[in-house]
Amino acid sequence: MPDESLLDLKAVTKRFGGVTALSSVSFEVSKGKIVSVIGPNGAGKTTLFNCISGVLRPEEGQIGFGLKKTRDSLVGCAPHEIARMGIARTFQNIRLFGQQTVLENILTGTYVRTEAGLLDAVWPWTRRAHQESHWAMDKAMRLMERLEIDALADRPAKALSYGQQRRVELARALASDPEMLLLDEPAAGLTVHERQALMDFLRALRQEGLTILLIEHDMKVVMPVSDWVVVLDHGAKIAEGTPDAVQRHPQVIEAYLGVAAL
Amino acid sequence: MTGEQLFLQQLLNGLTIGAVYALIALGYTMVYGIIQLVNFAHGEIFMIGAYFGLSLFACFAAQAGAAISIGVLALGLIVAAAGSALLGFCIDRSAYRPLRKAPKLSALITAIGVSFVLQNTVMLIYGAQDRYVPSLAAAGSMDWMGVHWTAMQGLIFAVSLFLMIGLQWVVYRTPLGRSMRAVAQDPLAAQLMGISVDRVIAITFLIGSGLAGVGGVLFGVYYSTINFHDGYLTGLKAFTAAVLGGIGNIPGAMVGGLLLGLLEGLGAGYLSSQWKNVIAFGVLVLVLLIRPRGLLGERVGDRA
Amino acid sequence: MKKQRRDWMPWTFLILAVLPFFPFNSYQIDVMANAALYALLALGLNVIVGFAGLLHLGYAAFFAIGAYACAFLNLNLGYPFWICLPVSAAVAGAAAVLLGLPVIRVRGDYLAIVTLGFGEIVRIVVTNLEPWTGGPNGLMGIGHPMIGRFNFGVDSRPYYWLLTALLALTAWICSRLRRSRIGLAWAAMKEDELAAGCLGMDTTRLKLMALGVGGAVAGMAGSVFAAKQGTVTPDSFDFIVSVMILSMVILGGLGSVRGAIVGAVILSITPELLREFAVYRMLIFGLLMIVLMRVRPQGLFGASSLKRVLHAR
Repeated sequence: MPDESLLDLKAVTKRFGGVTALSSVSFEVSKGKIVSVIGPNGAGKTTLFNCISGVLRPEEGQIGFGLKKTRDSLVGCAPHEIARMGIARTFQNIRLFGQQTVLENILTGTYVRTEAGLLDAVWPWTRRAHQESHWAMDKAMRLMERLEIDALADRPAKALSYGQQRRVELARALASDPEMLLLDEPAAGLTVHERQALMDFLRALRQEGLTILLIEHDMKVVMPVSDWVVVLDHGAKIAEGTPDAVQRHPQVIEAYLGVAAL
Repeated sequence: MTGEQLFLQQLLNGLTIGAVYALIALGYTMVYGIIQLVNFAHGEIFMIGAYFGLSLFACFAAQAGAAISIGVLALGLIVAAAGSALLGFCIDRSAYRPLRKAPKLSALITAIGVSFVLQNTVMLIYGAQDRYVPSLAAAGSMDWMGVHWTAMQGLIFAVSLFLMIGLQWVVYRTPLGRSMRAVAQDPLAAQLMGISVDRVIAITFLIGSGLAGVGGVLFGVYYSTINFHDGYLTGLKAFTAAVLGGIGNIPGAMVGGLLLGLLEGLGAGYLSSQWKNVIAFGVLVLVLLIRPRGLLGERVGDRA
Repeated sequence: MKKQRRDWMPWTFLILAVLPFFPFNSYQIDVMANAALYALLALGLNVIVGFAGLLHLGYAAFFAIGAYACAFLNLNLGYPFWICLPVSAAVAGAAAVLLGLPVIRVRGDYLAIVTLGFGEIVRIVVTNLEPWTGGPNGLMGIGHPMIGRFNFGVDSRPYYWLLTALLALTAWICSRLRRSRIGLAWAAMKEDELAAGCLGMDTTRLKLMALGVGGAVAGMAGSVFAAKQGTVTPDSFDFIVSVMILSMVILGGLGSVRGAIVGAVILSITPELLREFAVYRMLIFGLLMIVLMRVRPQGLFGASSLKRVLHAR
């Protein structure tokens, strides 16, 4: 790919005791593209996400993030440091703050883009804190409207339907103005209609210049939206390429689509 | 007393109390292993065990202060074990069981509440002052290698060793033990395999509390006094022992108990007895910092 | 945003401020001053347990550090109370952060036991460092506060006003904190530490902040306590004190500012009303904790969101 890469994985390996969950996985994610990671259950997709977002630390390999001139290594960074660099993520089994309202959940997304500390909360007359909270509120409102969850703003996140929760989690991740978005099975459990809306939304985000790394099971979602597809099986990369090329790849058909065809 | 003798004497004294810690630590570790609850009231069960023994001895002692025979002591151990086991069972049934699905914090706070209730109930029944516990009649002692060995110390070692080996046998050699280990690993899967999880938990409480009851009587007879406050501090130390050995790990609790007793005995001998209690807490903090899974514990993952 | 929940404050504190003008006897005023002291402590612990979700069982240690810091500064360096007050708060806050540093990564129930251990260590150290702390006998002759020529003396009334003023200030700060950026992050971290981390929240830092704020409030309460009593002894900072303050926070509802105050008032005044049952006092505390966890784990004023969820379905 000629485009400039934003995320660069080199020979990333993660072991749990004797089990190798990822073995020497390498690929690049170009800026402004949607890249999907596919593979059967247990292929190591979520482990890969956890390594990128700092939840897990890979034993070997490099993960670089950022454009060439200002590239940082992510290995060894804490999740909050990685979030600060501009990577936001969602979780396979949605992790919203259930006790808090939808609005509050989305506001927590703006945490990395704001700075007010303890003293700003105690000392009410600083302009910075005031402007900041207006900015955050505004941002949350716009995101809620865009994702059509503004009517739910004051509901506790727990009380929402599955599809609504997915949208809140997406809004929360976007509230941090990320450079790159990691989505872990965002279409799981959605209705056909919701799924179509999600695909349109992802395309719109790409139009705006956001880079997206997507884990997805559903080929009907992956193939139309992805610019590039990486296939994992048993922790190793077995293929990568454009959606069309990957679909024709014999090993992929055997490992993944072959299983699905059963 | 030469330096070497002092060292050996403190070693022996430390190991003796360490054996009692180990008996109590087993209850903490078994309950934690199975329902991930720090049973804060466990120290009180230990203390009440001592009072069970005391009440029984009072029936047999001809006059106040008289010593008891080995038979009466054995009877006391059995009664205390049974009484404490029953108490532990009732506590689980009435206080913890309804909170099985509640957040961990609620169960822990409940356990603190139970601990207060037990402590103060004992205080109301037996009074706040130290109670004298009769000692073992005709209990000899001997001096060997310049160290003073008492028969009571021997008895404490013998009883605790016997119980620990017995427990080890139950957990690793019987169907009951297999169900206990299954529930500890994955309660849901165990239930699907037809194991009654509630029953296994109840039995765990019975066994753990019974061991603490025995520890209580041994403790009382060894130190000759018991107070309603004793459960709190001794319980905390036993918990430290369980963490030191690796919480959830049965051999770990035994090793942790003996090791903590040893450290405390040496600390009391070489530093000063006022700082003795700091040692246990210091050990606790250090273990959690350096090796939170304890000496023998396996790596505990984030149970999401 | 959550609705403004601070409208109760001006009225409540106004009423509290004029209470001493009613014909209460000095014993009753003293009980009220004590209630205010406990309310202050409960507010501080509420920041740690209620806001940040750190179950702390050694809170009395910070209360002790504040009291001893005040006594030490007053007796050895001759500082007046009004300097001792902020300095003790800072010392206790710093101590809370320092003691928190090594154990902050320990989670949940382990943290509870470790903080309990630290609480006991502080008490044992205080009891044994005789040259500085007077050992088990404590320190005596701490100077009462003065405003101009007016000496607070031994009458409880001025202390009551002082404590009520500090309580009002702390309550106002706490309710602002809760709705601030930091407060929101605390609530998020309390529910799901991993998700909070992935949102860019430095959870270690956030926890230390909560400990610092809570410790400082306890230090403030400790220095007023020392100045009011004129003496400090280690047995005022027993584990039971930590548990009592925790019970107050839980009764009121974890995370609720109003709740912490109401819980403290109820639990510090009820035992005085039931003096003939004084021996049952701790028994009642224990039972209360058990029953509350069973019947109303969210406390009197606890997050109504639990209820909201039930109705929403």
